[in-house]
Amino acid sequence: MKLHIHTTINGEPAEFLCDGHETLLSALRNTLGLTGTKEGCSTGDCGACSILLDGRLVPACLVLAPEAQGRTITTIEGIAQHDVLHPLQKTFLENAALQCGICTPGFIIAAKALLDKKPKPTEDETRFWLAGNLCRCTGYDKIIRAVMEASV
Amino acid sequence: MAIVHLPGEQSVTIDAPRVPELFAALRQRFPDIADQLEEMAIAIDGDIYQDPGYQDLRPETEVHFVPRIAGG
Amino acid sequence: MSERTFAVVGTRPVRHDGVDKVTGRAAYGADANWPGMLHGVVVRSPHAHARIVSIDTSAAEAMPGVKAVLVGSELPDINATIPLGEAALDLRDMSYSMMARDKALYHGQAVAAVAATTLDIAREAAATIVVSYEKLTPVMNVDEATAPDAPILHPTMRTKGAPPDAPPSNLASRLEMKRGDVDAGFADADLVIEREFRTPTVHQGYIEPHACIARCGEDGRAVIWCATQGPFFVRDASAAIAGLDPAHVKVIPSEIGGGFGGKIVVYLEPVALLLAKKAQRPVKMVMNRDEVFRATGPTSGTKIRVKIGAKRDGTFVAAKVSFWYEAGAFKGSPVGAGAMCSIAPYKFPNFFLEAHDVVVNKPKVAAYRAPGSPMASFAVESVVDEIARELKMDAIDLRLKNANQEGDQAPYGPKFGPIGLKSVLEAAKNHPHWKAPLGPNQGRGFAIGFWFNGGMNSSATVTLGGDGSAAVQTGNPDIGGTRAAQAMMVAEELGIPVERVRPSVGDTDSAGYTDLTGGSRVCFATGMAVIRAAEDVREQLKARAAKIWNVEPSAVGWDSGNLIPPAGAKETKSGHDAKPLTVAEVAAKMAHTGGPVVGRASLYAPMAGPGFGAHICDLEVDQETGRSRVVRYTAIQDVGKAVHPSYVEGQIQGGAVQGIGWALNEEYVYNRDGAMENAGFLDYRMPVASDLPMIDTVIVEVANPLHPYGVRGVGEVPICPPLAACANAMRSATGIRFTQLPLSPPRVLEKIMAAAPVAVGA
Repeated sequence: MKLHIHTTINGEPAEFLCDGHETLLSALRNTLGLTGTKEGCSTGDCGACSILLDGRLVPACLVLAPEAQGRTITTIEGIAQHDVLHPLQKTFLENAALQCGICTPGFIIAAKALLDKKPKPTEDETRFWLAGNLCRCTGYDKIIRAVMEASV
Repeated sequence: MAIVHLPGEQSVTIDAPRVPELFAALRQRFPDIADQLEEMAIAIDGDIYQDPGYQDLRPETEVHFVPRIAGG
Repeated sequence: MSERTFAVVGTRPVRHDGVDKVTGRAAYGADANWPGMLHGVVVRSPHAHARIVSIDTSAAEAMPGVKAVLVGSELPDINATIPLGEAALDLRDMSYSMMARDKALYHGQAVAAVAATTLDIAREAAATIVVSYEKLTPVMNVDEATAPDAPILHPTMRTKGAPPDAPPSNLASRLEMKRGDVDAGFADADLVIEREFRTPTVHQGYIEPHACIARCGEDGRAVIWCATQGPFFVRDASAAIAGLDPAHVKVIPSEIGGGFGGKIVVYLEPVALLLAKKAQRPVKMVMNRDEVFRATGPTSGTKIRVKIGAKRDGTFVAAKVSFWYEAGAFKGSPVGAGAMCSIAPYKFPNFFLEAHDVVVNKPKVAAYRAPGSPMASFAVESVVDEIARELKMDAIDLRLKNANQEGDQAPYGPKFGPIGLKSVLEAAKNHPHWKAPLGPNQGRGFAIGFWFNGGMNSSATVTLGGDGSAAVQTGNPDIGGTRAAQAMMVAEELGIPVERVRPSVGDTDSAGYTDLTGGSRVCFATGMAVIRAAEDVREQLKARAAKIWNVEPSAVGWDSGNLIPPAGAKETKSGHDAKPLTVAEVAAKMAHTGGPVVGRASLYAPMAGPGFGAHICDLEVDQETGRSRVVRYTAIQDVGKAVHPSYVEGQIQGGAVQGIGWALNEEYVYNRDGAMENAGFLDYRMPVASDLPMIDTVIVEVANPLHPYGVRGVGEVPICPPLAACANAMRSATGIRFTQLPLSPPRVLEKIMAAAPVAVGA
């Protein structure tokens, strides 16, 4: 029998049904239609499924869907405010910090978590914070530049 | 006319106005390697064509046979 | 090539698809869901080499929720080659590789598939399928595969060119390329260095796993949505493998989350198609990361023996290079290309290259960014580094002395046109990185690399709106920013703002035929088609303006988005001198002057205008752990003409970092049974942000005469130099020449400890 979960996603109340063993990543993508969060590995190693759970950076593939009960979730779909892009989204675009773009939602969420915690990180701090997000296209150079530019 | 460099350092001059006539002449002169040549790419004056077509050949055109290459 | 001044080309506009990507809206392969969709799961061989004795699917077929089951014997038998364009791919091999028939030839090879109403049911059903195998001994590298009495993968395969009564072999083919007399050359040399190198199996490592949805209607017409580098290839190959008429198959390419060559071949699409046809419902199939590693083509592991002879003054006189590349379970490694690239930068009056294509019990290799070249570069550039050391010559000067330039003969035969190798070497020599001081435990390595520039088939259409905006469509999926570049080309040719151009990727029904995205060909070949299609629009606009002014079209001039009337032309209504009209003004009158304006172009471009890159790598090596860190990296490359410099830089940086990963950490680790032990991102260790510094790039532009802007392919060259650049840096830092990759901490530490005087515990 499926569980009925009540949660808050990107500032709005949300509810969904899920199996006990289902991941939050699956619930977001397949039940709630929030496909902005990506699945790269399902073992918590690539960061493509990064979300904020009660403000904390987590890989959604390692969170069970029922754990969303009563908590607040932020996904990439909630980063822009109405029609205004978040500074990170702007600097990623201006710095060409994406090529195929599959890792981009994860990086933006992870970078936001960093800047929320530490508004002016050094390059080293930024690189180590983002070490949990894999990118195969860019070599990270322009991503780091974009994050540091958004932190100013 | 074309100067044709076959695999293995052998070069021959072939009288052919275009690539298809060149292949026909090669098949006649070198029946043993004709099949192999048809599986290769052809460089005409330095430009490599994976699929040999109907290009014109000038008297000084240099033709090389190179292995087909895949990109990634 | 004229020194044209560009208004748009060379600037850095924000890419048109960018906002969708930073907001998560862009739809990749796994992001689509179709009504009534089933979920497909693949059953995979647990053995690297085995005869398949029987498959019992009865339990799966009886399970509620299961709508279709497929085994290899149901696939039609084919015996055809399909022109991939870049290399004719054996369709039969591809079909057998995609799903086993009588033999499983690699651990993870598909043997059956199930489609069910939920993923859970599909997985449960897959687990009930009983496959009985007769285990055989696998061969896991070129030495094992070519040993006498080696277990044979294909009983009917003989080495190409061998007589029909020759015994079956795992050596698929041997190719030779030669010039002059190498033995005489070596005899004449003052210095001869010979080394043997090995590189491991590595994966392209794209973050997005393979994904597709297929449906097949009651009328036999099929649609496939998938992440692919080549929708037209998917159509042709899937139709052939599934036994459908390609005329009834449409492929819609999704956004693609990385490919690097690995998303050229089909793995899931024909299976999804057949399941969909059986179930008469759409079937979605998404690989998990484990499957991506185990069952999609990595690139060849290699053994390369290099012997180079030089005179005391550094002149190269002879080279003998023997290559053995793993093809995986089916023939067709990129060993030929590797051989062609290996000594391409250098003038060798005498050389002998022999290239062996060897099958082993691993997945069939797939293209990986300049396929064949990085490994070849690793071997040759390592030896060149040693020659420089022996002769006490600067590493760059030695290469300058022997560098090919326009008019020199490439090792594969033709003469080079204008190439930028010397310019790239000079730029490296003059770069501050080359002279910067090194810290303790740091070493510096230099290496160069080469790749061709893909050509082949491309089409483009440019449609004009009544408001003077334009849409440009091609069939090339956008992996690295090519839509932005295409929009820029149209903006440049039509003199309209780049923000008013809408670039898009069409499907196989709406776009003109195009060969795949890859081979560094999109900006070059498809770009040429885009430019010509825009020129077509321009010519049509001139004809329209001519109508308006009542003059000959050939008399109408063009200047930066304006149609210029000839002297004496008059406005028909007022009688005044005619004034120039903008594109928008003429576009507004399309209906009155002949109808819609649609520009089109299609072409077959040769491979022309190859690229060279030079990289400088500083490594810092921890002598106690063997761990190394890249502390500074500079990549210099001749790109012909950078249309969008940010994406050109990005391609160079990305390729360099893939090469760094290949050099320092990445490898498939196999157990004795031929199963991969590190099939995940934790243990298949690709570079992360904290491993790296900024990657400095230097763009050199030696125009490619074949392209209107001088563009050369960019994407693949950057992965060629890093393997040797890192190995040469390691030599510099530790005094040890590593001939085997990766330079992972345990390997480095072992050699450091072996080389050092023993002091442990003393």
